[in-house]
Amino acid sequence: MPSELLSPGIFQMMAALLVPLFFGQWRNIYMATIPIVAFWWTLGLNPGDHFEVAIFEVSLVVLRVDNLSLVFAYIFEIATLISILYAWHIRDTVQQVAGLVYSGAAIAAVFAGDLITLFVMWELTALASVFLIWARRDDPSFKAGMRYLVIQVGSGVLLLAGSIIHFKSTGSMAFDYLGVGTLGTNLIFLAFGVKCAFPLLHNWLQDSYGQATITGTVFLSAFTTKLAVYALARGFPGTDMLIWIGATMTAFPIFYAVIENDLRRVLAYSLNNQLGFMVCGIGIGTEMALNGTAAHAFAHILYKALLFMSMGAVLFRTDTIKGSELGGLYKSMPWTTVFCIVGAASISAFPLTSGFVSKALIITAAAEEGHWIVWAVLLFASAGVFHHSGIKIPYFAFFAHDSGKRVKEAPFNMLLAMGLAAALCLGIGMFPGYLYQILPFQVNFEPYTTPHVITQLQLLMFSALAFTVLMVKGIYPPELRSINLDTDWVYRRLLPNLVNRAIVAIGTAYEGAARLAGVKAERILRSSSHYTGPHSALARTWEIGSSTLWVMVLLAICLLLYYL
Amino acid sequence: MSGNKKKYWLDDHGNVKKVIGALFVVCGLLFVADFFYHKHSHFAAENFFGFYAIFGFVVCVALVLAAKWMRTFLMRSEDYYDAE
Repeated sequence: MPSELLSPGIFQMMAALLVPLFFGQWRNIYMATIPIVAFWWTLGLNPGDHFEVAIFEVSLVVLRVDNLSLVFAYIFEIATLISILYAWHIRDTVQQVAGLVYSGAAIAAVFAGDLITLFVMWELTALASVFLIWARRDDPSFKAGMRYLVIQVGSGVLLLAGSIIHFKSTGSMAFDYLGVGTLGTNLIFLAFGVKCAFPLLHNWLQDSYGQATITGTVFLSAFTTKLAVYALARGFPGTDMLIWIGATMTAFPIFYAVIENDLRRVLAYSLNNQLGFMVCGIGIGTEMALNGTAAHAFAHILYKALLFMSMGAVLFRTDTIKGSELGGLYKSMPWTTVFCIVGAASISAFPLTSGFVSKALIITAAAEEGHWIVWAVLLFASAGVFHHSGIKIPYFAFFAHDSGKRVKEAPFNMLLAMGLAAALCLGIGMFPGYLYQILPFQVNFEPYTTPHVITQLQLLMFSALAFTVLMVKGIYPPELRSINLDTDWVYRRLLPNLVNRAIVAIGTAYEGAARLAGVKAERILRSSSHYTGPHSALARTWEIGSSTLWVMVLLAICLLLYYL
Repeated sequence: MSGNKKKYWLDDHGNVKKVIGALFVVCGLLFVADFFYHKHSHFAAENFFGFYAIFGFVVCVALVLAAKWMRTFLMRSEDYYDAE
């Protein structure tokens, strides 16, 4: 590969710009080729490869290759290919270019060796991805896109501010271990936290992923938050705070997931919960934990994309994704049902699926370090994720009470993308050695031991039993046409209300003051209006000729005064 | 559409009961499986007989009950934000 193309990610972005030149099937073929070429290029990279470009007097490290960046680059390229196949039926140039630029920027970001390059790619992912939300071209998605953009760009601004302060104090722009403690690195940490959907900073995720286009959400689910996970793993491994942040993240979204009606938003909540496992691994910071984070990110991107694809296919065929309106779809969408169940089994970490071999690394690492509370929370979250993602999603969409909807099976290209993702989920679960080989550190872990398999099955099957018992007894909360308040309420309701109230209060105060001042104020207003109001001499428009005349008169007076 | 008339295996209520029955049997077998292997535990609680099974069941029931309770103060109508 010519080095002028800088990195596989930048190549992908440049190639994306040529998409409008192709038409029909040629465009499909061209788009699918891009991530394959990028993947092939990445396979040829070796840890230690390095490429810098000088812009003015600044040297930017656009390619820094090590084991951590490679594992994220591999999965980002696989996810790009799957997302493109899934969107093959789309004839929307905006979405096609935006998707490729977005994923390309994410790949370029994981290869970034300095904070400036990281910042540029960070903002590019935000700018490109918002078009995948806006592409639905309706009012709610426009508003959701605006909220998303403000938060994502805000994260970039924090990153830039932090980087500048960090540079001032250390003289280094290198993106290596940063660690919290100084103002600069704390701001960078916060920037990563926003993009990683830390608790209370999380709601942009559910808000926007539920509003994006069917194919756009598949793209979105793969890159933004996992880029943040990568950035945290690079800059802040072993930061104790992350253990607790991660544990909180695994636990609280699942309560929302149980009562959420929009099934794509349920998946967004469980995405948030899975990020918690990765963040926790980064906080623990041992080799095993960091391996777990990388492995889990890899596995998670595949099964989460698979789940979003299956729900996207349901939305595509039925025009709704509300649990309260779905059910019985296994009869008309059998393949989609099977693929969804594979994704559901993987996210639940059933033996023989990818989640089983990746999540265990993190939970075992937490136990080995003696974090028993965190370990218990992660176990709770593991049981809970099966409950709401593993059972609830397939159950309410494909089984439950028959909604009477009879639709066509998903289009072939969607089935192809889902099949590919499902095969990878099972392949990784059955042959974990291949995934373990590409992790940042040497793996000394055997997932398939009798105790691990049995205890995991016990946890999951008794979780299923709880679901069944609650369902049969009629205790399980039914799917209702409703929404639930989350932190977005603060900026969608509370703050606008406060601002409105402030405006009303200022208006009232003004009126009161005017009344107090009475006639006097009225007179001042009238006289000022007389001189400066719309019909006053000062506000009148003048023709250019008369202006020139006045200028001449003034000059003549000046001249006269000069002579006097 | 002819698909409407087609009878599926799961449409029969008796078969649904069979599935639920099978789940109970599997759970029972998994529970007693604790007799037959040695756990490499990190924490004392893990050695408790059937720990993972009991833990899984209890936390899931607690999760659902808590989430159901949360509905009482978090749930709003679908058009709640429409007046933005």
